[in-house]
Amino acid sequence: MDCTGLCEALYRGGMDQGLAQFLSIFAGVLFVSGVPLVTVIFLIWVERKVAARIQDRIGPNRVGPFGLLQTFADLIKLLLKEDITPTSADRLLYNLAPLVSFASVILIWAVIPYTPYHYGADLEIGVLYFVAVASLGTLAIMTAGWASNNKYALLGAFRVVALLVSYEIPLVFSLLIPVMLAGSMSLLDIVFAQSGMWFVFLSPLAAVLFFISSQAETGRAPFDLIEAESELVAGFNIEYSGMKFGMFFAAEFLHVFTNAVLITILFFGGWLGLLWNEPIIAFLWLGIKSALFYFVSLWIRNTVPRLRIDQVMNFNWFFLVPLSIILLLVTSGVVMIFKTVGLVPLDAAGNMQLAGANLFDMLPLTLALLAVNALMIAPILNRWRNIGREARLANERRQQARMASPAVGD
Amino acid sequence: MTVLNEWAFIGVFAIMAPIFPALPILIAAILRPKKPNILKSQTYECGVETVGDTWVQFRVQYYLYGLVFLVFDVEMVFLFPWAMAYSQLDLFAFGAGFLFIFLLADALIYAWRKEVLAWR
Amino acid sequence: MEFEFNVVTVAFFVFSFITLAGGYAVVTAKNLFRGTIWLMMSLFGVSGLYLTLSAPFLAAVQILVYIGAIAILFTFAVMLTRSLTNLRDLYVRPQINLVGAVLLFVLIVVGVILPLFAANPQPPVSDEVIRTVDLGVALASGNGFVIPFEVASLLLTAAMIGAIVIARDTDDLV
Repeated sequence: MDCTGLCEALYRGGMDQGLAQFLSIFAGVLFVSGVPLVTVIFLIWVERKVAARIQDRIGPNRVGPFGLLQTFADLIKLLLKEDITPTSADRLLYNLAPLVSFASVILIWAVIPYTPYHYGADLEIGVLYFVAVASLGTLAIMTAGWASNNKYALLGAFRVVALLVSYEIPLVFSLLIPVMLAGSMSLLDIVFAQSGMWFVFLSPLAAVLFFISSQAETGRAPFDLIEAESELVAGFNIEYSGMKFGMFFAAEFLHVFTNAVLITILFFGGWLGLLWNEPIIAFLWLGIKSALFYFVSLWIRNTVPRLRIDQVMNFNWFFLVPLSIILLLVTSGVVMIFKTVGLVPLDAAGNMQLAGANLFDMLPLTLALLAVNALMIAPILNRWRNIGREARLANERRQQARMASPAVGD
Repeated sequence: MTVLNEWAFIGVFAIMAPIFPALPILIAAILRPKKPNILKSQTYECGVETVGDTWVQFRVQYYLYGLVFLVFDVEMVFLFPWAMAYSQLDLFAFGAGFLFIFLLADALIYAWRKEVLAWR
Repeated sequence: MEFEFNVVTVAFFVFSFITLAGGYAVVTAKNLFRGTIWLMMSLFGVSGLYLTLSAPFLAAVQILVYIGAIAILFTFAVMLTRSLTNLRDLYVRPQINLVGAVLLFVLIVVGVILPLFAANPQPPVSDEVIRTVDLGVALASGNGFVIPFEVASLLLTAAMIGAIVIARDTDDLV
């Protein structure tokens, strides 16, 4: 193992090399995980404020300036709540599930590059890593639902897990497109490959698909079947109370923000922006872009009504999955044609090389892919407009009929 | 050897990851009141006493979703390396990938036709 | 063979322990769901073993496919089987089990472990570092493994169609 940076400093200072290595890794872990852990405390406040504004309320404003300390008050409240474990629960798995649920989200941050120079681990298989780690969360939900030994919890867990596994298919298909364009699964390489053009311009549909399916993966509205209060009381976490419930809750908050960061990195150039060579500015760019997507997902959560389970599932299997498959086929076809003709940035060996390409070299491929995406979106939008129009006309006809005929005892 | 360094980081991270949520739970375990009684620790089903076994037989539909998902997941295992190497490959690889995805799309179409994917 | 004590060795022992402990818990679990969870623990250990062999792609695939998909499939399947989640002493026949276990152990020793020692103790290991990209090139280029690649797809398609035919509800088809 190589020993640089902090490790080197400690080693020079007379520490044992193994210990120095461990300490430097440990410090790295604390730094990398500290960012999301601190952010999530702040984000809970942001979420409540935004939700309040959308619902024409003020939101938390009593605890601390602008209610900023509200989260800490909630934390103390949760710490002091009695933790009830139902007697019929499977205690071991019941206690294990919230830990796994939170760990599955925080583990994603190990591969997220904050700046070109600051990242936890630059894995060769970064994209696959975060998909794999996130799938631990699905198992945690299943375990929580089963171990609670509650009918609502189990039914809620089953529905949610069916939803999560279904939406993982368009999620992964849309992930294949940045991987294909960048020629790498490392998140760092994917960001560098966007130096000429952000991938959202190369494949806006993939970005939309990723956004929708990652929104579903968090179990937020309009996909919040996890806590369909009116049907399932609270879903899989019904029997959880106190801090264990708090951990499921924190995991969900963190997951929403994690998804905002991931879509920024995969499609919106990550830290790329003006003066991104400066680490602080790079970090700010990532933060600003992620905050934007975080806001959009809050916006959707607070304005769109919950869908029924059959609507959610059919939307996925009959629309998102086929669309993502077709998108992958079409995109790979266009990329290959342009590569064969030679209209993409190539390296010395004749391979497609987007990293370090300038805007001008990227233009032909971008325009072609944009056109293809537009061709795919147009009929969909047209179809949706027609559906809306038909529904409106039918509604109007019904109203006219009601106006025309006198009310018969209703 | 740098590859190992990255994974050592992941390893330490993976050990730390469950500790982050475990800490507040442990602190809460010290601070919180502990007064369980029989009524409190019953299964909560809207105030009505729970009837029968929770772990009952579920519909086959869930299993089918799980199965289709598994098939797609295994497909991903092949498609990720394919997508990664795509920038180095030629038209032949496009054909190979196209055929690969097309065959699976076939299975999906079959599932549609048999109406197993529509939620009932 | 010189025994080197380093991080990889420690990791190997930790992951082996997880794998074996998980495996033991699976066979002793009386509850099918718990058995599934222990199986996943065991397979998680296997994915760690892949890591110590510098095969991160396989490790990620192991977690993605087994813990992400097969665990879910298992739990759905467990819930399909009525009243099997609490297996009482239904299948406990100590004598037969013992005979079976011993026979299997002998078979493994004779068939797998002894040949390993008998063969060249230094297994042929290439110095070449194979990256995941190389796997992709091998899968999809003309002189590579393109036929197995397509056959895999065909196999998956056949598996999915077969499972649908078997598992589909036939009674309430509209």
